[in-house]
Amino acid sequence: MICVENVNFHYPGSLDVLHNVSLKIDDGEFVAIMGENGAGKTTLVKLFNGLLKPDSGSILIDNVNSRDASVAELSRQVGLIFQNPDHQLFAETVEEELRFSLKNFGFKESMIQNRITSMLTALGIEQYVNTSPFLLSGGERKRVALASILVWDPKHVIMDEPTIGQDYTQKDRLRNFITQLISQKKTVIVVTHDIEFIAECKPRVVLMSKGRIIADGPAESILTDQRIVEEASLVLPQMTQLMRSIAELHAPRHIIDVYSALGFILRALRERTKGRQK
Amino acid sequence: MNGLIPNFYAGRLYGDLKVNDVDVKGKSTAELATHVGFVFQSPENQLFSLSVERDVAFGLENLGIERELAIERVNWAMEVTGISQLKNKAPYELSGGQQQRVAIAGVLAMRPHIIILDEPTSFLDPKTAEEILSVISHLNHEFGLTILLVEHRLDIVSAYANRVIVMDKGKIVLDGPPEIVYDEPARLFGIGLPKITTLFHLLKRDGIHVPINPITVTQASEALRRIFGI
Repeated sequence: MICVENVNFHYPGSLDVLHNVSLKIDDGEFVAIMGENGAGKTTLVKLFNGLLKPDSGSILIDNVNSRDASVAELSRQVGLIFQNPDHQLFAETVEEELRFSLKNFGFKESMIQNRITSMLTALGIEQYVNTSPFLLSGGERKRVALASILVWDPKHVIMDEPTIGQDYTQKDRLRNFITQLISQKKTVIVVTHDIEFIAECKPRVVLMSKGRIIADGPAESILTDQRIVEEASLVLPQMTQLMRSIAELHAPRHIIDVYSALGFILRALRERTKGRQK
Repeated sequence: MNGLIPNFYAGRLYGDLKVNDVDVKGKSTAELATHVGFVFQSPENQLFSLSVERDVAFGLENLGIERELAIERVNWAMEVTGISQLKNKAPYELSGGQQQRVAIAGVLAMRPHIIILDEPTSFLDPKTAEEILSVISHLNHEFGLTILLVEHRLDIVSAYANRVIVMDKGKIVLDGPPEIVYDEPARLFGIGLPKITTLFHLLKRDGIHVPINPITVTQASEALRRIFGI
């Protein structure tokens, strides 16, 4: 469990980046942290693996205070995948990239090869095992960065803007992958602006603005609340906008995804035909 | 198209590539920069000066343009992109959206005929992304600039583009107006169609007669009104 209590944080020479943030995330939960550029989302998740320590308040990872553990110890449990893969990748081949952390965490050589192979296959990048990460496209490099963290099997997985540069097929794959992680009781935290991706996944949404948490709840209720969505510089999901533009049909307020919208339209059409027949 | 390949990145280029009737082969990136401006995905890769104004002026200074004219163009570029009030700030002090405007202004000051933007909004929040796209759309409508946008997220760009080119494995596989290209086959190439388009594909599959192929919320709303007769 990740437990954030009354955390304040500022970078040297700047104003407060986080104000009195409290948040509890259970094992096996899928949480999206959303909000405008500079809202403090990335800063918050960097506190989870000890890269940053709070000025006041506390971060507990499975009951261990982040102040009492090293980044290496925390990272074993909390895998953080950065927004920009180039801040993370350094090795000459994809394989070495994955091997590096496994060795550091003391995995046995016999296990290392297996883990690398199955990880690369799961993310559809097995053909690049001997390629330099820097020859790959931005989207592929992002998947290498993801693989290099997931390979050591951390219990809590945090992805900072994982959908940037990923096409439709890759996003679909990412969504399935997240579902798999959750079924293994892992915590998945995604920091993102990608409203349409979140509208399809429907996780718990934590909305941040100017260093504070301004809303926390199911995607269907948070992303359809026009006032708070705008406060966080987001826009309503396309399906919500569409349903509201035809107010006469009285669509349910909480529709955010394509299949719910489709279901509603088909039902409404059937009722109309019935109404005419009477 | 701006000569970064093969002048800067190693690679082999076969066939002919002409920009405004100029063959790019044998031309330097600097020469081509006055024809084609390039905006990168992340403005961090492009900005480096200590003030916004200097950054916007950098390309022009390298072209050796007369001072008076250069100042005029820099001011114009900053005005069009809405960053005049930021001219003495350092780029690193700015928000992501402001930085992206500075990057666009720097390219615009060179007065290219074509601007290529590689996923210029992917690091921006949706509201800021819309602002940047309206700046780009303004350049297209107001000054007749050709805009070439490289994008994955068609949800965001559909309302602005009048032609969509789909590439797959190094080849152009579809080319036409969005209403046509977004028909079912685009899906085969891993294209993320706008949610609106997907919804209407599904309605059609369920036997609903759909009068148009909507690509924006407004068009979809009109189509539904027609279907329901309201």
